[in-house]
Amino acid sequence: MRYVIPLGAFIVLVAFLAIGLGLDPRYVPSPLIDKPLPNFELPELGTRHSRITTADLAGKPRLLNVWASWCVACRVEHPLLLDLAKSGKAAIVGLNYKDAHDDALAWLKQHGDPYERTVFDEHGSLGLDLGVYGVPETFVIDRHGVIRYKQVGPITDGALASVIMPMLEQLAGDK
Amino acid sequence: MIPEIGHFMLALALAVACLQAVIPLVGATRGYSNWVAFASPAARVQFLLVLAAFLTLVHAFLTNDFSVAYVAHNSNSALPAAYRLSAVWGAHEGSLLLWILILCGWTFAVTVFDKGLPPKFAAIVVSVLGIVSVGFLSFLLFTSNPFDRLIPALADGGDLNPLLQDPGLIIHPPMLYLGYVGSSVAFAFAIAALIQGRITAQAARWIRPWAIATWIFLTLGIALGSWWAYYELGWGGWWFWDPVENASFMPWLLGTALIHSLAVTEKRGSFKNWTVLLALATFALSLLGTFLVRSGVLTSVHAFATDPGRGVFVLALLGGVIGGSLILYAWRGPSTFAGGNYEPVSREVFLLLNSALLAVATATVLLGTLYPLAHEALGLGKISVGPPYFNVVFSAVMLPLMAFLGIGQFSRWKSDSLIRLRKNLVYPLSATIAAAFVAVIMLGGQKTIAAGVGLGFGFWVVITTLLGIRERCQGRQHPWFTLFNLPRAFVGQCIAHLGFACTVIGVVVASFYSVDEHQRLAPGESTELAGYEFHFVNLRTYSGPNYRATQGNFELRRDGKFIATLKPEKRLYHVRNMPMTEAGISPGFTRDLYVSLGEPLDDGAWSVRLYFKPFVRWIWLGAILMACGGFIAMFDPRLRSPAVARTEAVADTSSAER
Amino acid sequence: MNRSLQTLFVFALFTLGVLAADTPVTFESPADRERYDTLLEELRCLVCQNQSLSDSHAELAQDLRDQVYAMIMDGKDNAAIADFMVARYGDFVLYKPPVKSSTWLLWFGPLLMLVLALAVVAIFARGRIQDPQPLSDEERRRVQSLIKSDLGQRK
Repeated sequence: MRYVIPLGAFIVLVAFLAIGLGLDPRYVPSPLIDKPLPNFELPELGTRHSRITTADLAGKPRLLNVWASWCVACRVEHPLLLDLAKSGKAAIVGLNYKDAHDDALAWLKQHGDPYERTVFDEHGSLGLDLGVYGVPETFVIDRHGVIRYKQVGPITDGALASVIMPMLEQLAGDK
Repeated sequence: MIPEIGHFMLALALAVACLQAVIPLVGATRGYSNWVAFASPAARVQFLLVLAAFLTLVHAFLTNDFSVAYVAHNSNSALPAAYRLSAVWGAHEGSLLLWILILCGWTFAVTVFDKGLPPKFAAIVVSVLGIVSVGFLSFLLFTSNPFDRLIPALADGGDLNPLLQDPGLIIHPPMLYLGYVGSSVAFAFAIAALIQGRITAQAARWIRPWAIATWIFLTLGIALGSWWAYYELGWGGWWFWDPVENASFMPWLLGTALIHSLAVTEKRGSFKNWTVLLALATFALSLLGTFLVRSGVLTSVHAFATDPGRGVFVLALLGGVIGGSLILYAWRGPSTFAGGNYEPVSREVFLLLNSALLAVATATVLLGTLYPLAHEALGLGKISVGPPYFNVVFSAVMLPLMAFLGIGQFSRWKSDSLIRLRKNLVYPLSATIAAAFVAVIMLGGQKTIAAGVGLGFGFWVVITTLLGIRERCQGRQHPWFTLFNLPRAFVGQCIAHLGFACTVIGVVVASFYSVDEHQRLAPGESTELAGYEFHFVNLRTYSGPNYRATQGNFELRRDGKFIATLKPEKRLYHVRNMPMTEAGISPGFTRDLYVSLGEPLDDGAWSVRLYFKPFVRWIWLGAILMACGGFIAMFDPRLRSPAVARTEAVADTSSAER
Repeated sequence: MNRSLQTLFVFALFTLGVLAADTPVTFESPADRERYDTLLEELRCLVCQNQSLSDSHAELAQDLRDQVYAMIMDGKDNAAIADFMVARYGDFVLYKPPVKSSTWLLWFGPLLMLVLALAVVAIFARGRIQDPQPLSDEERRRVQSLIKSDLGQRK
């Protein structure tokens, strides 16, 4: 009887490894889901004196998109964001992460600006509080300023259709 | 044209491997002696075919054939020739081919050294190795072909990862693979024994040299990896409990258990099923390691860039080979004959304890390595398990092991008494405690308890080993005469145990008593660390074959007396635009001094890291001693005495008939 | 995320990470310095392939090192610093996994296995003395012939 134990243990091991093949070892889930946005007050990109605070991101469901002019992958998802903004399907606020002010503005000029407003986070302090570990990342924020979802990496058509849009619609309906 | 020949050779090798896997096995079980005789030539032909294929890949690298995709991704025309050779095994496809070559090499060796083996048994061994070869050749040919062409060819290659452009890469992987792959031989022997239903003391005697040879290579391979990381990565670290490091360490731990268990089975006929299980498990861990490195399931600095599709194939291979072997074990295990008797206090029991504790240590490392995966697979979220966990838990398991090692190597076969042991070991124990106390004080008196405990266990092993030698020399002959005529197995054992203690002592001292500083230093300035003075003389830049370097010139002094010049570098490799550090090291028996350049700071100064690492070389010296010990033990003539073999063969046949 | 996007993402992480500033930091007390060194070894770099904050060259790692330094200078204790990191990055950032119900098996498993192994060895050691079965006549004769033939060879 005890001779079957090694076989049994091995089968369990293989099962776990098989499941592991479907997981992404580099993906870090966010502990901030269903928690309120961290408090912040940072300058607004493109203006001289205007500041954006946490309160400015409440009121209606929004996407908070972390981007930078030095980020290559951001260019891949940018057309999608422009589409969303133009069609009015989503309100997007940008978070310019660890960038130079002029570079950021030039990039927006060149590629288009889908953002209602853009937070200028030069030193990455808000990024740190949001648990940003790569660029681009996108957060779905509800009307109360609570984080509901985090997209790591560029927004793909699949993620948009299956997760983000349904979530935005549902949040729009919530009170 | 030549790469296509290589590809064709591999396809032929796969065909031969299929035949090698089936024909001798059927021949041995059905009694067709000419089918049995097919094993040896098949294995040798397969080896030659794979060798030819490997040489064509080497040729592609040496001639800078960038029309071959693998060469294009891992080499460059400016890459020095030696690294163009080692780039052959620098990434997934090529290293897999090396793996297969070494597997065929071991199989070839089995056909050369099979004098004392019954032909049918040897044939099954070769067949089993053939099955493994079929698996890996299929994996290579269907998912990871190193001879794929790149059309249009690149003008120049993507260069070998600068981290790998180092002499260490030339020997570390081949040495490690020799060990990894070698565990397949003990595995094949175990399977053959299970199939034939003849798990005997004699079978253990056959397996033992192969198991020890494998273990030696694995010991050296792991030690090389550790040493390489130490001088190459620039942080003075030598072990990180990275999943891939663990993947090589686990077969080593279990391989150690296997060697010790084989000793018991060979001498006393006991623990047969446990020994067989260890042989199966060691190879299983080796395959698991292959899976972990190449499937992308765990993040690691060592992992090859690869995709889950390949992971599925390797998992299927792992599942099939090991699953099949464990089914065989479950089926045949219960009918194995019981071996010799022994008392509750005896050398057998201590060796069983050794096996059990090493198995626990292996399971602990496996648990820590795979726990994050299991945790996430069960939907519980993502966690990390790293050095803080392993250092604590592994050390805790090692301590009882070392304690019993000391007592065990002193104990008698079959029947011993606690009274005798206690009487003989009380003084050594006191000596150990005293020595540990003195050592901690001499080293500076900090971290007394942890360091003292660690050192104490290390000293315990040393003292009991020396005591064991002394006891062995007490007899009718003159002690010196006996000393110079001790059996090789015993000499090997002592040296290996001393090597183990040496490593433990090195680990303890280097871990607890290292000192480091991170400072800003400008050329012309000096600083002090652990009583040594480091004078940053100047900086120069130069161009290497495929990089641009900034080299610092440091003078090391102690009490004003000049000791050495250290030249740490910061290099930028052109092709991949990747920076690298080369440390400046002053090596020594009792200490290493280590300087590494960080980044240039604003005002011409540099961020510099300095390390004082006492006794760090003992870690690798101990490994070399362990390998030497194994080497000496392997050639004990008692392992292959024909008279003994003959008598045993007769006795075995009569017992098998019962 | 498909392969090429994933590669781009990773690339984006690294382009800035390569030349992170590496300024040495100074502490008022050696105890603080030791805390800093230990914390850096126990915190994981999120963008690297399995490196601690202490070993990593990535820019995010430098930011986190600065954060740890600032918190130590601020007088925060180790638990507070760890909590700060976990609140933002999850348990993944700790190389020493927290002891909670889902990690009991991890932390206590080795001890359990050790106890189990010792128990199994004790059982095997205890029940091993067996009376050898008496030989049958046929077997006795065989033994005699073996001894005789063996003696003949030895001479």
